[in-house]
Amino acid sequence: MNEILEILETNSKLTTAQVAVMAAMPEEDVLAAIAKYEAEGVILGYNTTINWEMTDKELVTALIEVKVTPQRGEGFDKVAERIYRFEEVRDCYLMSGGFDLTVVIEGKTMKEVALFVAEKLAPLESVLSTSTHFVLKKYKDKGMVFEKRSPEAKEAIFL
Amino acid sequence: MREIEDYILPSIKNLPPSGIRKYFDMINEMQDVISLGVGEPDFVTPWNICEAGIFSLEKGQTSYSSNAGFIELRKAIADYLERRFDMNYDAAEEILVTVGGSEAIDIALRTLVGPGDEVIIPEPSFVAYTGCTLMTGATPVPIALQEKNSFKLTVEELEAAITPRSKVLILGFPNNPTGAIMTREELAPIAKFLKDKDIIVISDEIYAELTYAGEHASITSFSGMREKTIMVSGFSKAFAMTGWRIGYVCAPRVLMDAMKKIHQYALMCSPTIAQKAAIEAMHNGQKDVDKMVREYNRRRRLMVDGFRKAGLTCFEPLGAFYVFANVSGTGLSSEEFCDRLLLEHKVLMVPGEAFGESGRGFARATYATSYENIIEACKRIKAFTDTLK
Repeated sequence: MNEILEILETNSKLTTAQVAVMAAMPEEDVLAAIAKYEAEGVILGYNTTINWEMTDKELVTALIEVKVTPQRGEGFDKVAERIYRFEEVRDCYLMSGGFDLTVVIEGKTMKEVALFVAEKLAPLESVLSTSTHFVLKKYKDKGMVFEKRSPEAKEAIFL
Repeated sequence: MREIEDYILPSIKNLPPSGIRKYFDMINEMQDVISLGVGEPDFVTPWNICEAGIFSLEKGQTSYSSNAGFIELRKAIADYLERRFDMNYDAAEEILVTVGGSEAIDIALRTLVGPGDEVIIPEPSFVAYTGCTLMTGATPVPIALQEKNSFKLTVEELEAAITPRSKVLILGFPNNPTGAIMTREELAPIAKFLKDKDIIVISDEIYAELTYAGEHASITSFSGMREKTIMVSGFSKAFAMTGWRIGYVCAPRVLMDAMKKIHQYALMCSPTIAQKAAIEAMHNGQKDVDKMVREYNRRRRLMVDGFRKAGLTCFEPLGAFYVFANVSGTGLSSEEFCDRLLLEHKVLMVPGEAFGESGRGFARATYATSYENIIEACKRIKAFTDTLK
């Protein structure tokens, strides 16, 4: 059944009818399966990967290493929730290794991101320390390469 | 004085030029054409394979390999063939690394046939079979495969084509251009029939990985057939490595020793960068192959469905990455169909007769292209066929 998910992950713009053809399934079954995936949270959403750098929108991304104190009975989940509920947080992962959480923040300017860290994140009681790294250039995101290569002019070959 | 042209051998002068050149000349002048014309994966070679090639350059591995290819690669091919297709070839003596499957076909034919011999070629088929046969001076004997048989070869058809001069049969399944495959059950009677005939089979299995129903079946797996079969394959299609020009040929030692002589004098060895990359493909490429095959399968269904909705009848292709659509219902010849489709609707398909007379009335499209292209192409084809009603 992962077939439907794999197809949609490649291109969520496909119609149910097209997905049904590709997966060799009746359309009703595809509709039902997608509804079930959505209800269960297997499908969380349908996003568009945008290269904002090509637009006039200002966007700064920072990756913040956060050390925290886990809370009794809740482990890291409660602390993580306190953090990921902020609108500014795009991604939040629990990590192995030298720190606990990776928090990815998006803001308009470096100052905005810095203020968020200083005013919202660092003061949280369970947060022991933060280390902020700004993204200078995105090469690849969710499997998509940012740099568009112009297709090479190709001498046609016949076989 | 002779004209310079008169120096060219008649056998070469008379070779038919590619029947398709004109289309490629045409699309070079056009904008926004969706090409379903070229039989080549749209995937880029998986990066780990490219990286292995780059690393070999960095290490300065730029000299010749042994004529037959690096033994490490031949061993990897032997392991792969056993693992994937249950074939057993000896890496040292029965496997030769070639410059693509095309070289393998060429040297196999040059080893076996010459003037006076006949080569049986079930058609429609890959264009090089006939071309390479003609260059040896031998006579190609086409078998016109039938749409009603899903373009599979039958014993009756084979029997009717055999004469005392028949020496070689070329089997190309999964097939370019039809997408037909032959299952074990369908190959069995062919193998049984050939068992006591003085005919060598050249089995082109370059599309073996791209089989969408059941397992690929090889003629070599039938008793008595491995001994009289030259099995051709390569990396171009399954591993998306067309430009690397790397393939291989497997055959019993006596045949192999003869083929090696041609390879040795004409090519020396296959490009070593490509060989190093191919080793990585053999060791760590299967995951990517499987992923690409799943992807092709989805595109295949999308294209077949789109074509049928556009009113073209097409039998279900179960291998390679082509749909061979019957366009005779449109009232146009396949050439008219392809010409007008390109000029009026900017979609390139290849007329079936480019792959042999029996392809007349059909047109080949490849689905080794994006969903978006397939969907848009089907829309344009439907717009075209609607005008023909």
